[in-house]
Amino acid sequence: MTTRELLAEFRAGSKRACARLMSVVENEPDVAAAVLDELYPMMGRSFRIGITGPPGAGKSTLVEKLGRECRNRGKTVGIVAVDPTSPFSGGALLGDRVRMPSLFTDPGVFIRSMATRGGVGGLASRTKEVCDVLDAFGRDCIIIETVGVGQVELDIAGAAHSTVVVLVPESGDAIQIMKAGLMEIADLFCVNKSDREGADRLVMEIETMVGMKARTPNPECRTSEVGDRRLAVSDWVPLVVKTVATTGFGVSGLLDQLEAHRKHLEGSGAMTERRRESIRSEIVELTEEWLRRDLWRRPVTTGRLNELVEQVLDGSTTPYRAAEAISRDVLAAG
Amino acid sequence: MADDLKKIAQERQKWQQGVECGDSSRFQTLSGVPVDILYTPVDIADSDHLRDLGLPGQYPFTRGVRNNMYRGRQWTMREFSGFGTAKDTNGRYKFLLAHGETGLSVAFDFPTLYGRDSDETISRGEVGKCGVAISSLADMETLFDGIPMEDVSTSMTINGPASVVWAFYIAAAEKQGVPSEKLRGTIQNDILKEYIAQKSWLFPPEPSMRVITDIMAYAAKHVPKWNTISISGYHIREAGSTAAQELAFTLKDGLTYVEAGIKAGLDVDTFAPRLSYFFNSHLDFFEEVAKFRAARRIWAREMKETFKAKKSESWLLRFHTQTAGCSLTAQQPENNIVRTAFQALAAVLGGTQSLHTNSMDETWALPTEKAVLIALRTQQLIAEETGVVNTIDPLGGSYFVEALTNELEKQAYDYFRKIDALGGMVKAIEHGFPQREIADAAYRYQKLVEQGKRTVVGVNKHVLEGEKLEIPLLRIDPTVEQEQHQRLADLRKQRDDAKVKKCLADLKAACAGKENVMYPILEAVRAYATLGEICGTMKEVFGSYEEPPMF
Amino acid sequence: MGKKLRVLVAKPGLDGHDRGAKVVARALRDAGFEVIYTGLHQTPEMIAEAALQEDVDVVGLSVLSGAHMTLFPETMRLLKEKGAADILVFGGGIIPREDMEELYKQGCGRLFGPGTPTADIVTYLKEKFPDRI
Ligand code: B12
Ligand SMILES: Nc1nc2c(ncn2[C@@H]2O[C@H](COP(=O)(O)OP(=O)(O)OP(=O)(O)O)[C@@H](O)[C@H]2O)c(=O)[nH]1
Ligand SMILES: [Mg+2]
Repeated sequence: MTTRELLAEFRAGSKRACARLMSVVENEPDVAAAVLDELYPMMGRSFRIGITGPPGAGKSTLVEKLGRECRNRGKTVGIVAVDPTSPFSGGALLGDRVRMPSLFTDPGVFIRSMATRGGVGGLASRTKEVCDVLDAFGRDCIIIETVGVGQVELDIAGAAHSTVVVLVPESGDAIQIMKAGLMEIADLFCVNKSDREGADRLVMEIETMVGMKARTPNPECRTSEVGDRRLAVSDWVPLVVKTVATTGFGVSGLLDQLEAHRKHLEGSGAMTERRRESIRSEIVELTEEWLRRDLWRRPVTTGRLNELVEQVLDGSTTPYRAAEAISRDVLAAG
Repeated sequence: MADDLKKIAQERQKWQQGVECGDSSRFQTLSGVPVDILYTPVDIADSDHLRDLGLPGQYPFTRGVRNNMYRGRQWTMREFSGFGTAKDTNGRYKFLLAHGETGLSVAFDFPTLYGRDSDETISRGEVGKCGVAISSLADMETLFDGIPMEDVSTSMTINGPASVVWAFYIAAAEKQGVPSEKLRGTIQNDILKEYIAQKSWLFPPEPSMRVITDIMAYAAKHVPKWNTISISGYHIREAGSTAAQELAFTLKDGLTYVEAGIKAGLDVDTFAPRLSYFFNSHLDFFEEVAKFRAARRIWAREMKETFKAKKSESWLLRFHTQTAGCSLTAQQPENNIVRTAFQALAAVLGGTQSLHTNSMDETWALPTEKAVLIALRTQQLIAEETGVVNTIDPLGGSYFVEALTNELEKQAYDYFRKIDALGGMVKAIEHGFPQREIADAAYRYQKLVEQGKRTVVGVNKHVLEGEKLEIPLLRIDPTVEQEQHQRLADLRKQRDDAKVKKCLADLKAACAGKENVMYPILEAVRAYATLGEICGTMKEVFGSYEEPPMF
Repeated sequence: MGKKLRVLVAKPGLDGHDRGAKVVARALRDAGFEVIYTGLHQTPEMIAEAALQEDVDVVGLSVLSGAHMTLFPETMRLLKEKGAADILVFGGGIIPREDMEELYKQGCGRLFGPGTPTADIVTYLKEKFPDRI
């Protein structure tokens, strides 16, 4: 099937076409730009939720329950789950899906597993683009599960509107977590496995960290009413929600908070600000990518490169001066 | 060290200097325990005969659980079998009993293992394929038609729906006029290893444990000769574990049931004597013997020292053994007869109480009559021709076997500590710890075979080019499924539906409350409620379980 | 750079034998493929739907329960129904030779039995999909 035909079927609502376009976006950079360009007018409607946290925190289990809750509220759902590529073989075992069996045959759910391939920030290098395809496909909520993160894998913040940092009682003390940089990216904290000992202590530690004093004891009661009051204060303060992903306890409250956060983003103008930021960085990235791909296809560069390599070898120039020379040539050529 | 031991150590060292020992990495047990070229008293210098071995029938039972072992009673020869309809399998049981089998062992089909009726959509294509289809009391009556349930002891490999299938058995015996007090047998009913290895669970762990304690309480009162849990290492090993993992995870499961019983307020000496074990007997002859011996010693010590059980029956580990199905090959299947014979011999020298020997067609299908007869004969040969039964624990005192017994025991305790650090076995399972250890071991083994570092005759060495399968195979008649549907349709027509509904409602209330569920289950069973209906009702209250995936 | 081979490894039906499926899944990963594992107790419907959404090149079914003559054809039928007849279905487990022949006739890919070196499975896939890495 040609890309054209795929796009036509995609518009007609074909899941197969959607899946194949995701593969195109993931694997064929040359075609990807054209496809995404074509889909662009259909994007921008979805709410993107990022789920991140240490390995085994219950992210996938939580994603399933969140997905179901979204469905109960009449929303269509897209899920992108990222697992690591093996550095040894380049292969990957993608197992997040196993925890989402109840969503497999729901026509309102689309689940896609991705391997990080080159990505080092907890996502695959093409996760955002795959979400874009789901967005264009008309999914209301897109839930992104990162790989189990340790430190500095914080790409999710740029890919999602709301980022939930999932922690568990056994993931260590709050200070550790904060050091890992998760503090900066959390729009919400979720203390999962709160059926385990130590959950309340962790909640308290995080709340202290976030500088919150007042807290209501039952997370289920923290409806948007409480949230709304907080939102009245100009800046968003990340709340802590307790969940038991295996039973679904607290998940409805979590989704309430996510919706409250979305409202906050929209109401405060932060959403537009985020969009502006992300469009800017997208253009920068795309330009750089475009230039990089184009650069070595030009006769000025390829010809000069070989020459300059020889010159560096025979000592008549240095790599630094060579690079500058090529750049100047490219710019001059226009 | 005593002077004579020092001397032996010195002499041994001197001796070894002149010996070409080969590449030591090649000489390991099947599970990777390094094996020395020679063992001497030095290797068991720390052992104390009476403390660590004792005498047969005495604490810590390392040498055997009975004082006269096979002179008093032979092990029970029990071939795991079941296929097609209850009628088909009934015929097989009569055949086996006629040829000298001394106990029955029921293999159920997949729908039954998962508490489903033969006529549910999910059962399509699976009815009677991997065992016998039992959807109601009527099927159980047929299964034992003409077999005196008063005399035969029956083991049933059933876990999630164990309570219901056991109720079928008890009610079928009633129909034969046999009171439950006289029934002898075993239900596997070991849910922890289901999560670890066999994967035929129904409910989540917590309600599962409750049903298990209900079963234990019911048995103590009404079916006193029944083994209520068969704590199983067999499946763990078949899923790919090492010998030490089998030993450690299985015993830890057992100790966890004991804890649960005590927590539920039962006196340890009332239920511990009814716990029995089920192990694998694999290819590495001495390692297996050592494993069985270590198991007895660990259990006795833990029951006596840790759980303070007072009755000696609570200390002794009785076990059934099955030879290792996963060691058998599709290639040159006749060789499987020989493999199985070695494994059966290890089980007997390890002091088993009951034994299943696999058939040569293991990797192809459920066994044919001919294949299972050879398997049974293998046991009879060991018992009646080889003379190995004459004396107790004939390998006891071998420096190698004793050292290996100690080593496996040590490795088991290392695992116990890791599991405790995770918060106990249930937590460890939730973490996927045993599952991952096993999957790693399975993959390691596969790689070793593929690299030729482990020989599998007929597969990676001594291969027959262009080999053709020359043994006949059992095929399950495809009409079994329809036949079974018809039987169920008839049953549903004939029974008193109002009564069934009432029984199911009572059961549901019991599940939600605290009443022992065995009573309402039995009532429902007697009214011919089906397996699927009963398990479905229980699931409404208890929920069902999805497994965490582990690689 | 070519496209990576994507494989869905699934356990259809009630079968709980997962040792082989896990070993194969790991071996395929170690061969550089992207492997999606669906877990146990999947219906053919769930498998076909997952294959479609994940846009895999091939679906590997592991069946040791004797229900292969129901589960393989049903999975292939559903893929066709969903417009994904081009996704190859292959697999392994306990499958008698006559049944293998019958399934091949219905368009099933290679079926592997006990004792198969995982390297053979990798070779088969590499030959089937020469343009994938
Ligand atoms: C291990 C085993 C078990 C273990 C399973 C542990 C686990 N978690 O996997 C335990 C002990 C729990 C078990 C239980 C049962 N078992 Co069993 N089991 C076996 C046994 C001995 C070995 C299977 C195995 O793991 N081999 C090792 C792996 C690496 O090999 P493999 O699975 O064959 O995989 C290779 C190939 O087949 C192929 N392959 C497999 N999958 C895939 C997938 C893909 C995509 C590809 C490309 C290739 C491929 O490549 C692999 C590598 O070489 C077989 C007999 C045998 N020797 O084959 C019986 C066997 C499969 N079991 C059988 C039965 C009947 C059962 C039970 C139903 C018994 C009962 N009535 O209670 C239960 C059911 C439990 C359940 N819930 O499923 C029967 C099935 C009969 C049939 N199909 O006609 C067999 C054949 C034994 C027999 N002859 O009776 N079993
Ligand atoms: N007790 C308890 N267990 C949970 C809870 N949530 C998840 N689990 C269990 O935790 C384990 C890991 O869950 P996953 O959802 O796979 O975790 P994950 O964060 O997606 O893991 P990775 O993707 O591997 O990083 C599973 O065994 C779950 O059943 C919970 O709230 N309570
Ligand atoms: Mg996950």
